Amino acid sequence: MKKSGAQILIEELKHLGVEVMFGIPGGSVIPLFDVLYDSGMRFILTRHEQGAAHMADGYARATGKVGVCIATSGPGATNLVTGIATANFDSVPVVAITGQVKTRLIGNDAFQEADITGITRPISKHNYLVRDVRDLARTVQEAFYIASTGRPGPVVVDLPVDVTTAECEYDGPGKAQMQLPGYRPSVKGNVRQIRLAAEAINAAEKPVIYAGGGVIISGASDLIAKLAHVAEIPVTTTLLGLGCFPETDPLALKMLGMHGTAYANHAIQNSDLIIAVGARFDDRVTGRLDSFAPHAKFIHIDVDPASISKSIEVDIPVVGDARHILEELLKSVKPAKHPAWIEQIDEWKKKHPLVYDRTCTDGVMPQFVVEQIDEATGGKAIITTEVGQNQMWAAQWFRHSHPRHFISSGGLGTMGYGLPAAIGAQVGRPDDVVFDIAGDGSIQMNIQELATASYNQVPVKVAILNNGYLGMVRQWQQLFYKKRYSATRLSGNPDFVKVAEAYGILGLRVEKPEEVRPAIDKALLHKGPVVLDFLVCPEENVFPMVPVGEAIDRMIGGMA
Amino acid sequence: MTEKNQTPKIHILSLTVSNRPGVLARVAGLFSSRGYNIDSLAVGETENPELSRMTIAVHGDESILEQIRKQLAKLIDVIKIQDFSGRDFLQRDLMLIKVSASPAKRGEIFQLTRVFEAKTVDISPKHVTVEIAGPETKIDAFIELVRPYGIRELVRTGRIAMLRGMMEQTRQTTRRV
Repeated sequence: MKKSGAQILIEELKHLGVEVMFGIPGGSVIPLFDVLYDSGMRFILTRHEQGAAHMADGYARATGKVGVCIATSGPGATNLVTGIATANFDSVPVVAITGQVKTRLIGNDAFQEADITGITRPISKHNYLVRDVRDLARTVQEAFYIASTGRPGPVVVDLPVDVTTAECEYDGPGKAQMQLPGYRPSVKGNVRQIRLAAEAINAAEKPVIYAGGGVIISGASDLIAKLAHVAEIPVTTTLLGLGCFPETDPLALKMLGMHGTAYANHAIQNSDLIIAVGARFDDRVTGRLDSFAPHAKFIHIDVDPASISKSIEVDIPVVGDARHILEELLKSVKPAKHPAWIEQIDEWKKKHPLVYDRTCTDGVMPQFVVEQIDEATGGKAIITTEVGQNQMWAAQWFRHSHPRHFISSGGLGTMGYGLPAAIGAQVGRPDDVVFDIAGDGSIQMNIQELATASYNQVPVKVAILNNGYLGMVRQWQQLFYKKRYSATRLSGNPDFVKVAEAYGILGLRVEKPEEVRPAIDKALLHKGPVVLDFLVCPEENVFPMVPVGEAIDRMIGGMA
Repeated sequence: MTEKNQTPKIHILSLTVSNRPGVLARVAGLFSSRGYNIDSLAVGETENPELSRMTIAVHGDESILEQIRKQLAKLIDVIKIQDFSGRDFLQRDLMLIKVSASPAKRGEIFQLTRVFEAKTVDISPKHVTVEIAGPETKIDAFIELVRPYGIRELVRTGRIAMLRGMMEQTRQTTRRV
């Protein structure tokens, strides 16, 4: 039977299990939206394409499914770029469908033309410009397969408008043959390498598991817990790994690195074996490279061969899916106890806990707000963050205990990510409580998506830690630039309660510590979205902190 | 660790890639975005019109090369990567070179051309143009020898390379040219 490109696309998407898409229509995608109109597929109209990309990303991180966003050609497509780069950095399966001008006008500087495959080449896992409607079904299948397998990532499918209107013979969805001779993601780890890893673990006296986002992606959180408990190995996680191991567990060291806990960093620096799983030795984690874990051997389990020995030369690399490898590894790891090591770590925990000044009277303490959100939701809320101080406080002060519950732009560090990501996460998991922990700077980068939350009654709770500054930059200026606060004071901020109300959303302002919990409880009882404006202590800093270029046990501040 | 005191070595990478638009940009973009420098790059169709062969000469220490190979392998359109370093392979570069030569000097150029098994492809009253193919060292030597006459223009294809023998896997010794 003959079908148009637009019809083929929607049929393939449905067949691939897509339930919802995020985006904005425009000239080049009108035929597509015409088919969407009575397709029965849910479409969330956003207010900016960047919001759509982050929603697809938040949806993907919260559910593990592929998130889909749609934009028109030219500015619609370029507005997706930050969202695509964000998903790429953090290995999030997103398929971005962009409109394109007619094939015969490509390269002609046509109205709303942009070379989006050229623009997204270095920031996507792969991309396609579909020039022939007969290639469309295959391309959509390949795009989803590439996005969701191996090290996941975003795939862009650029569709010229005439390809969506052209017709061709179509056998129905899922029938086209994929042609990917150059794509073979490794799954199973090398048996010999796994055996070497097990031997190293069995011989270690001061082992540490360093778990990253890859653990969550591969669904291996339970196996990390098993490994930790069988061989008594403490676990520290990266920012994106938060939640893969319950922080309520006595073996939990919480996050490591620049704003990690002192005890996680001390454990790394004194360890004799680092077991890195689904992590990539990012510079915010390692600090000064040549003094990172100086006494340790390294095991590195990762699905991406290019992550191995990129910054740290590792002793035992194992390439493959973390879940597969851990399953095999656990067969050879012997039960063990490391009493002296655990005692040492407990001493560090006692000596250097995370702390903040609970007596501050100049507004609410931001850390207290995060603690209260944790308590009020029983640690079960899905937390999204913006980027900067709010992100680090959310990482430090919430007891992360569940995978796919902490959603944050780690690699790219995209301000404006949290609100749309929260909307995407909430759409994917309607029964969970979703909190966006935001700053007054970041929230304004995609604040227009309050309209999306309001109209669709997506009940996200936005907690703005409002300090009137671009806080993280201000902190660096205070610590390293003699308090010369160049362009970090956010003068002219709006009244966020009124902004919320203007969007038809409940807005609550909190100025005193005793108002914090009642406001959170009220927000949780409210059925729709809520904006909470917490006026926090303006010059509070994120501590501890490892200055750039220092070894990670040379932390400043926040030490009891 | 990142810093290593090795002298950068030239590596010849031979890539089998899908013959699709944008593949060259993808490979070249990978080098530029990660700060790797390409010494030379030659690309053309293979015996299978759906595939192209890229021969890339690149220098860097072993850890950089390792990253380059891994990053190239991640590209969906790259089907196979071979690093010819340490293996027995043929490499050729083709050059057209236009040398200033008055009728009196032509004989000397012709003689050099004969010695190098090169070919004279164009003669005008003031110039001689020579076509020469061979390994890079041979071509470099020719350039140095004709430099005193005055080089008006030269163009090179960049290296192309292929493993010796019938089977890529067998390391049989064949006659070196």
